[in-house]
Amino acid sequence: MKPAPFDLVVATDLGEALEALHQGGTEARVIAGGQSLVPMLNMRLARPATLIDITRIPELSRIEATADTVSVGAAVRQTTLERWEDLADRLPLVRAALPWVGHTQLRNRGTVCGSVAHADPSAELPLCLIALGGSVTLRRRRKTRQVAARDFFQGMMSTDLAPGEMIASVTFPTHRKGTGYAFREVARRHGDFAIVACAAIARHDGSATLTVGGVADTPRTLDLPAEAADLDDRLNEFAWHLQARDDLHATARYRRDLVRHLGRATLKEALSCRD
Amino acid sequence: MKDNATEPFVGRSVTRVEDQALLSGHGRFMDDLPIAAGTLALAFVRSPHGHAEIRSVDMAEAAAAPGVVAVITGRDVMARIRSMTVGVKADVECWPMAVDRVRYVGEPVAMVVATDRYLAEDAADLVAVDYAPLGAVVDPVAALAENAPVLHPSLGGNLINERRFRYGDPEAAFDAAPHRIGIDVTYPRSACTPIETYGVIASYEPGEDAYDITANFQGPFSIHAVVARSLKVPGNRLRLRTPPDSGGSFGIKQGVFPYMILLGIAARIAQAPVKWIEDRLEHLSASVSATNRQTRIEAAVEADGRITALDWDQIEDCGAHLRAPEPATLYRMHGNMTGAYDIRNMAIRNRVVLTNKTPTGLNRGFGGPQMYFALERLMDAIARQMGLDRLDVIRRNLVPANAFPYRTASGALLDSGDYATALNRAVDEGGLAELCARRDKARAEGRRYGIGFACVVEPSVSNMGYITTVLTPQERAKAGPKNGAQATATVAIDPLGSVTVKVASVPQGQGHRTVLAQVVADKFGLPLAAVRVLADVDTMRDAWSIASGNYASRFAPAVAGAAEIAASRLRDKLAKVAAAQLNIAPGDVTFEAGRIGAAGNPDNSLSFARVAATAHWSPGTLPDDVDQTMRETVYWTPPELEAPTAQDGINSSLCHGFIFDFCGIEIDPETAEPKIDRYVTMHDCGRILHPAMVDGQVRGGFAQAVGAAFLEEYAYGADGSFQSGTLADYLLPTVMEVPEPLILHHETPSPFTPLGAKGVGEGNCMSTPVCIANAVADALAPDGPAPDIVLPITAAKLAPLIFGDEPVSKEPVPETQAEASANGRKLTGEGRAVVQASREDIWKMLLDPATLEAIIPGSHGVQKVGETRFKADVTLGIGPVRGRYKADIELSDLDPPNAVTLSGRAVGALGNGGGHGRVTLTDTAEGTEIAYRYEAQIGGKVASVGGRLLDGAAKVVIGEFFRALARHSGGGGAGSGPLARLRRLLQSIATGGRS
Repeated sequence: MKPAPFDLVVATDLGEALEALHQGGTEARVIAGGQSLVPMLNMRLARPATLIDITRIPELSRIEATADTVSVGAAVRQTTLERWEDLADRLPLVRAALPWVGHTQLRNRGTVCGSVAHADPSAELPLCLIALGGSVTLRRRRKTRQVAARDFFQGMMSTDLAPGEMIASVTFPTHRKGTGYAFREVARRHGDFAIVACAAIARHDGSATLTVGGVADTPRTLDLPAEAADLDDRLNEFAWHLQARDDLHATARYRRDLVRHLGRATLKEALSCRD
Repeated sequence: MKDNATEPFVGRSVTRVEDQALLSGHGRFMDDLPIAAGTLALAFVRSPHGHAEIRSVDMAEAAAAPGVVAVITGRDVMARIRSMTVGVKADVECWPMAVDRVRYVGEPVAMVVATDRYLAEDAADLVAVDYAPLGAVVDPVAALAENAPVLHPSLGGNLINERRFRYGDPEAAFDAAPHRIGIDVTYPRSACTPIETYGVIASYEPGEDAYDITANFQGPFSIHAVVARSLKVPGNRLRLRTPPDSGGSFGIKQGVFPYMILLGIAARIAQAPVKWIEDRLEHLSASVSATNRQTRIEAAVEADGRITALDWDQIEDCGAHLRAPEPATLYRMHGNMTGAYDIRNMAIRNRVVLTNKTPTGLNRGFGGPQMYFALERLMDAIARQMGLDRLDVIRRNLVPANAFPYRTASGALLDSGDYATALNRAVDEGGLAELCARRDKARAEGRRYGIGFACVVEPSVSNMGYITTVLTPQERAKAGPKNGAQATATVAIDPLGSVTVKVASVPQGQGHRTVLAQVVADKFGLPLAAVRVLADVDTMRDAWSIASGNYASRFAPAVAGAAEIAASRLRDKLAKVAAAQLNIAPGDVTFEAGRIGAAGNPDNSLSFARVAATAHWSPGTLPDDVDQTMRETVYWTPPELEAPTAQDGINSSLCHGFIFDFCGIEIDPETAEPKIDRYVTMHDCGRILHPAMVDGQVRGGFAQAVGAAFLEEYAYGADGSFQSGTLADYLLPTVMEVPEPLILHHETPSPFTPLGAKGVGEGNCMSTPVCIANAVADALAPDGPAPDIVLPITAAKLAPLIFGDEPVSKEPVPETQAEASANGRKLTGEGRAVVQASREDIWKMLLDPATLEAIIPGSHGVQKVGETRFKADVTLGIGPVRGRYKADIELSDLDPPNAVTLSGRAVGALGNGGGHGRVTLTDTAEGTEIAYRYEAQIGGKVASVGGRLLDGAAKVVIGEFFRALARHSGGGGAGSGPLARLRRLLQSIATGGRS
């Protein structure tokens, strides 16, 4: 469990990181918290020629709030966001979800954007980003673009990120009065990859969404009226539509069961806590 | 706690002498030990296959890699050693490294010795092994089938040993009994998982033809003989040493011994010391695990629930090789196969089977978890079937208090106990009535709540002869008797009069040094700190024997007892020395508060150090009947541990503790997750030497049992692929998953041990899994037939029982399925799309090498090797996980332009995969429909460590193929025409959406 040889670039400003990324092409990878990448390196599942450490870049280390959004820079640790004083007011869903991201030790190292870049279908932060209709800001040498979260995640660990490109920040739309949020998850143990994770948002106009992670290749969203009479039927069709698979930890059927039962409970909780 | 020298230390929870170092990072573990200059590092090349022939091993590239000193194959090893001893009479060899054939994923195939571990691993990647995969078998029952793949052709099958036993008159008892009640039980594979993995440092001295090996081995030191024989040296040319600290073992580190042999050979070939620390992937895939077992158990039952006979049929799966001391897991419980019950008749059929899984070995509970799971599920089934109260059935069968010492049907001598009283105390003090009220209330509210019980006799201090019960009486007679359980202890006094205790108990954190300090300090009336204890082993310097080491819960009853005897002998001598100096009779000498003096006359005393050191400074003044007081070594073995009798009776263990557990479990109605509401565990482990450590042992065993019950399983695919190679797939319980049990004690000292103590370390690994299973069964089905419960009990397994029939979908979608269940990891999928291109055009694309080149994901060039056969070099993966593979692709069953079968096989460093897919083209009103069904299997490293992501990854790769087909048919241009539609359609298939 020793990694194959690689070059390490410790970038101190964004330009330096982007240049190294450009030079490295498909063989370069950005490393921040390393909580997913380092095990893959040690098991030699991943063998990048160059690693670019972005954690010392000041402009990536900021949480920036506007009237409607919160942007989290690529070097911001999950714990930093968890302890951000406005989190509960501005991003109640993220606040509910963060304690489910691994364990404290992992969050102390892991970054918010790293989890988004890794695009694990069970991960909580991509789920929140999609549920809230957030976006991802991508940088490459001499170019910046913004991609909606629903377009960014393309499949299991597959994203819209192009060679030479990195995530600079992710942007979450913030809480609006009259909206309720709920997050629930089932995993084998506390801190494990979600078997099913549910994020529900109930809006004051009577609409609601249920976004589900851990089942399909990316988190998927169901739009529905909050007081749908045929809620069970809708949840059942949604559950089947996600094309759940069996793995070591859960059957496809159990995942569908959870979409139906946990999904319903999460929606109800979101409805009940609209402010 | 204050260490008050006038009160005895034994029986008090004194501060552990180990903890200062362990809790402040000053432990001296394997990887902390200083190494000799020039010590080399070693990395293993391991099998990615469950079963395969090794066609060739090409080491040229690895041997030429930077820093590499030696590359060693199984044949190189074989040329220098003897096959390891196998514990049954069978025509089979047992090598520590694969020779010509691999039989489990992770089996060592080659060793690379280099100047550091990074370089060794770099070079290990370059060793090219050509395998010819063979059919694999991972299920022990399937392994017995006529047509099953055979692991060891010399055996002619996979059954390596079978024995039948008969005690009393079981046939008559079954004939006479009004009820015959039986169940089938499947016990899966799991293992206790130490934090510190295996580690070995070996050197070879050519001048003496001697090996010097340091390993975090735990014993039993009978293995020293196995290793010396295999290395072809006498015992005195194998110096085996253990580090002062070892980071957990739970039996597992017994299994390091094949690596002791391999590192010895590597050091010999490299002509330098060689060090290897096992990594977690190596540990999970290839250390040792407990056995999995298939059991049929039946009872002859009277109308009142009294059991008059048991009939056991056990099939034990020992993995790919029968390594010493296996099949000990199957025989360790042999004397107590009747559990806590007074059952006089018993039949046993034991079969030992080899399968394509990691070889098994010692593991906390050692045979008890498997055996009690069957017995205590049976007790539950008896109560259900006969409509009796579960506790009544247990009570009516318990060995009565006045029957001790009690000889069981199969020969164990249960030393002491009062099972009924302990059980009744647990019922009262543990609040069973209250728990029943909670259950009734929960059920009245429609919730699923169950209560389970388990009753266990916990054996400790194994008889070194029990393993020979696997031999026939004739074979045993020929081999000579084996029995006993030699424990050693040395107590020494230095010239300053301070006391050193030396034992060969090799603790892994248990606190042996504290308890021995308690025992010896009490003997001499000294403060705890005056006694220093060493518990590691150097076979060239220390007193040891085959039973030395840390296993079978032998420390408190045997090792602490031996130290007690050694200290007593020295104390008797010191009493004589002091008596002469104090002018009193030896019988009047007291040892108190650091002084040796006259009873009742505090003024007439001498310092302990003064008297104790007399033999060093003025031996001439010793009384005539005292030879010396410098050092006393005791060898202790209990006479009760006799060799198996001619009738196969065996007192398999010296001590037998008693455990009675009960628990309440509720199943969450929304998630089907089982949750322990309350757990009560009553223990009788004889005299308690250190209450906090006893409770620590109970908590630790309980935690591991909770893991076995709910979380842990070494999972294998039908092809032998190993699927739980990381701690994200092999799930250990954390503090969040383990509730605090209520621990109760009832003390009946053992009459057979010097201190009255019995072992306590393993009991909950035996009692807790089945107690939990019984509670879950009660929650699922309070009455009627017992539901089959197979560990680990997961919410996914319970879901169909909790949620009932699943609602169907109104619009069925094509499913991609990965079956990771008993049938192995097979990925199947299907998809279809209608495209605006003719069948003929699509057909041409599929058969054109240039097209294949363009559409095979990650292709670096397709080579046509036959009309319908291609070779390709491809890079496949998702996200950062990418690997290079050599792929063979074949088109078959061609039915132009309607259908074709695509078969492929890819081999690379990350693993191997194979699959085939049938593609059919059909005209429809909307255009040509492309339909495909595929089936793929993936093995090797990526299956071991990335199982969770594997199916999705395969889907992505297969999807890429079809996306590329679409792109190719569109000539790469974007647009809104029919080809762009085709691309979108194919893309939607590939991403799992619907068209």
